[in-house]
Amino acid sequence: MAKEILLAIRNLVVKYHTDDAVIHAVNNVNLAVKKGETIGLVGETGAGKTTIARSILRILPPHTAKIVSGEILFSGRDITKLSEKEMCKIRGNKIAMIFQDPMTALNPIETVGFQIAEAIQLHNRISRSEAERRACNMLEMVGIPMERYSEYPHQFSGGMKQRVVIAMALSCNPELILADEPTTALDVTIQAQVLAMMQSLKKRLGTSVVLITHDLGVVANTCNSVAVVYAGEIVEYGTVEHIFDFASHPYTLGLFGSLPKLDSRERRLKPIKGLMPDPTALPQGCRFYDRCPEAVRKCSQTAPGEVEIAPGHLVKCIKAKGGAA
Amino acid sequence: MTPLLEVRNLKKYFKTRAGLLHAVDGVYFSLDKGKTLGVVGESGCGKTTLGRTLLHLTEPTDGQIFFEGRDITNPAKKDLRRLREDMQIIFQDPYSSLNPRMSVSEAIMEPLILRGGMSKSEMLDRTRQLMDTVGIAARFENSYPHELDGGRRQRIGIARALALEPKFIVCDEPVSALDVSIQAQTINLMLDLQEERGLTYMFVTHDLSVVKYISDEIMVMYLGQVVEKAPADELFCNPRHPYSKALLSAIPVLSIHNKKERILLRGEITSPVNPKPGCRFMARCDYARKECNRPQKLEECSPGHFVLCCRYQEITDK
Amino acid sequence: MEKKRKQLRIFEIWRRLKKNRLAVVAFFILILLILTAVFAPLLAPHSYSQQNAKLANAPPSARHPLGNDRLGRDILSRLIYGARQSLQMGIIAVAIAATIGIALGTVAGFYGGWVDNLSMRLLDIYQAIPMFLLCVSLAAVMGPSLHNAIIALGIGIVPGYARIMRASVLTVREKEYIEAARAINASDARIILKHIVPNAIGPLIVQITMGVGSCILAGSALSFIGLGVQPPVPEWGAMISEARKVMREYPTHALYPGLCVMISVLACNLLGDGLRDALDPRLKN
Repeated sequence: MAKEILLAIRNLVVKYHTDDAVIHAVNNVNLAVKKGETIGLVGETGAGKTTIARSILRILPPHTAKIVSGEILFSGRDITKLSEKEMCKIRGNKIAMIFQDPMTALNPIETVGFQIAEAIQLHNRISRSEAERRACNMLEMVGIPMERYSEYPHQFSGGMKQRVVIAMALSCNPELILADEPTTALDVTIQAQVLAMMQSLKKRLGTSVVLITHDLGVVANTCNSVAVVYAGEIVEYGTVEHIFDFASHPYTLGLFGSLPKLDSRERRLKPIKGLMPDPTALPQGCRFYDRCPEAVRKCSQTAPGEVEIAPGHLVKCIKAKGGAA
Repeated sequence: MTPLLEVRNLKKYFKTRAGLLHAVDGVYFSLDKGKTLGVVGESGCGKTTLGRTLLHLTEPTDGQIFFEGRDITNPAKKDLRRLREDMQIIFQDPYSSLNPRMSVSEAIMEPLILRGGMSKSEMLDRTRQLMDTVGIAARFENSYPHELDGGRRQRIGIARALALEPKFIVCDEPVSALDVSIQAQTINLMLDLQEERGLTYMFVTHDLSVVKYISDEIMVMYLGQVVEKAPADELFCNPRHPYSKALLSAIPVLSIHNKKERILLRGEITSPVNPKPGCRFMARCDYARKECNRPQKLEECSPGHFVLCCRYQEITDK
Repeated sequence: MEKKRKQLRIFEIWRRLKKNRLAVVAFFILILLILTAVFAPLLAPHSYSQQNAKLANAPPSARHPLGNDRLGRDILSRLIYGARQSLQMGIIAVAIAATIGIALGTVAGFYGGWVDNLSMRLLDIYQAIPMFLLCVSLAAVMGPSLHNAIIALGIGIVPGYARIMRASVLTVREKEYIEAARAINASDARIILKHIVPNAIGPLIVQITMGVGSCILAGSALSFIGLGVQPPVPEWGAMISEARKVMREYPTHALYPGLCVMISVLACNLLGDGLRDALDPRLKN
């Protein structure tokens, strides 16, 4: 059963202009998020994951960043063409974002309850008391007792703050949540709590989630599909089963090889050699060429196209072979 | 054989406004030459303070530290200087552990200058040699830290630690700020160095899969105490303390198939200010009983496997 | 090699400063002012003290482009020589204050504890005395002269610098590289000189640049009330003070030195602003 597509990104190109260089942050990204689906964007620092998320919300740094081309269709409307006023109605209301650092995402001089109520009132024409009532419900929903409504952020621990941030994001019943490394700043046991809570809320509310992370373990536990991002491109895309069991792009394989496995007996890890290419001077041809153990001469000359090696499993590598398809 | 490092009843308390914070509270361990001791725990469990105390970057409140059989708990200033040539540390954050105003070669040369006894050209040679050892190309000699990526910066940190040819290195979360592919490169480098030079590591981290990989023995810390200590494989196969069990089950597994049952802990780690004498994990523990209010004793449940829980037997039997 | 690297750093700051046009203009104005002060005897068309009753309050002429003052002295020459006194007051006073302030702030911030408490409480008390009053009384006790005015000004602004330096040292002190230095046996002196001061001094550099401007202003004020530079040596503040007597009839006598003060203070502030941006590590690529 094909579910309805909520968000579709087509040929997105984003560049940052600094004084002496142009940073090619996002290069021709295509991505579709279905209703109720959790999609993981996996990649290393500087791969362009956060830039993709910020483009969706149109909160890129105003003077340096520019969406050069492409479209972002949200419920059929192209976000890149909306006026700022129309965008305000979507931001926080239809699409909400959860940031990595819960310590700085909350205003330290307002109570947490007030901040949630304010977010609700911003997008709904309801009375103050109604907003407060809903804010209390939100707190309960993320597992914080209502009595803590009028406490300040500094009275909360890191995990609790992240719950508050999630409550704020969910307060307007958004259709899409962009979660940018929501648990990276948290300890493992707290991370497990927060992820479990997000999972159950997602099931209840049917929200779609774009989860940005560098942790493949988190992806395995929470996502339906995965997009592996490298140097501003999606190099491999597929369902979580495809990616974990039939990973085909050498970079994806390299990521798995870099991770210490709990059941492995080997004495050395298999890292990917070298570093990600400088985004101001991306190489011709395949961006992974320098680091790729499988590279042949042709890889350095022409950029590989997408190959569908199984239905819905796309790989950007000339060596990828179509399976049954 | 005398162990390279032995610690007995080590304590480090900090005075805070709220009371006495028991950052490290009665830690015992001994570590043989060439081995790696992993120390895991969540933020605030005292693992970092433990490493700092061993190197006298903060002074211990109580207890004893022996290095190669010598008591180094309260070293004289002269002995401390010598000690720091034998014991070194690699820091967590490659972005803040290097002076931004010092170039790569200046940073690596600094420990040599401070030790003295080498001519300028000897020091330069040694610096280049060290850069080669940790895999930083010579062309970065005059670069500044902000021009380099995290992985290279961390290599500078490692080169600095190696400069004085220490026997023992405290690695304080050396790879947690790095990307996975760089993390793997760095871990491999550290393992190579250990093999070549017979180094002994104390590897402090919150990343359980990394610690399993690199350690011979692992200590799990909770609120300043060691709650469990065992050989690495033994701990992962057979954790006995309720906290270790929860911690291990919380690791996100790299597979979509064997979805194991997770133990979700209630609440969060508190701070060990004026702790009660009983078990510190009690408030979050599903197995807590009245007897947990008594002071707990580290018991050897199987050879080399120690656990700080009075109910471990009942829990395992269930 | 060492030297080349230091130059690179300065070059880097200059590269970033260049983006701010106003700051660059300000920088050149200040250079120009300093050159004027240094080469005053060569630049000034006349003597600053030679009186000429016939030319009293004379309007601008080819020989005297800005006219002559009440005693018939050439105003342009007096302005040029005045730059010497004004800039001296600004630069030397700030240099004194910065030296004491950096030392005090660093020691207080680095050692903390009772050293910090004692020095900060002393500064608290010290700051409770109005600065201008302090300058006035110092100048009055030691006698009015350029040197005493400089000392008074310098001592007056020490607390501000010490506080900024202390705050900055407190953040740098917590950085891991300080602990890293300790782990390789660096002495306190080395840690302070090599690791703390170079990394903590950034915010103060901005303050120092702007301080030059405010010291020129305050120095002019001291001279205006007769506690700074003594006649016949020209100084911009003193010139305004003298021009007071003929303000109605010849407003330009006060206007020119006033403009000089304004331009130099403005230049210092603009350069300070520009430096703040250029030194900010967050803007580092």
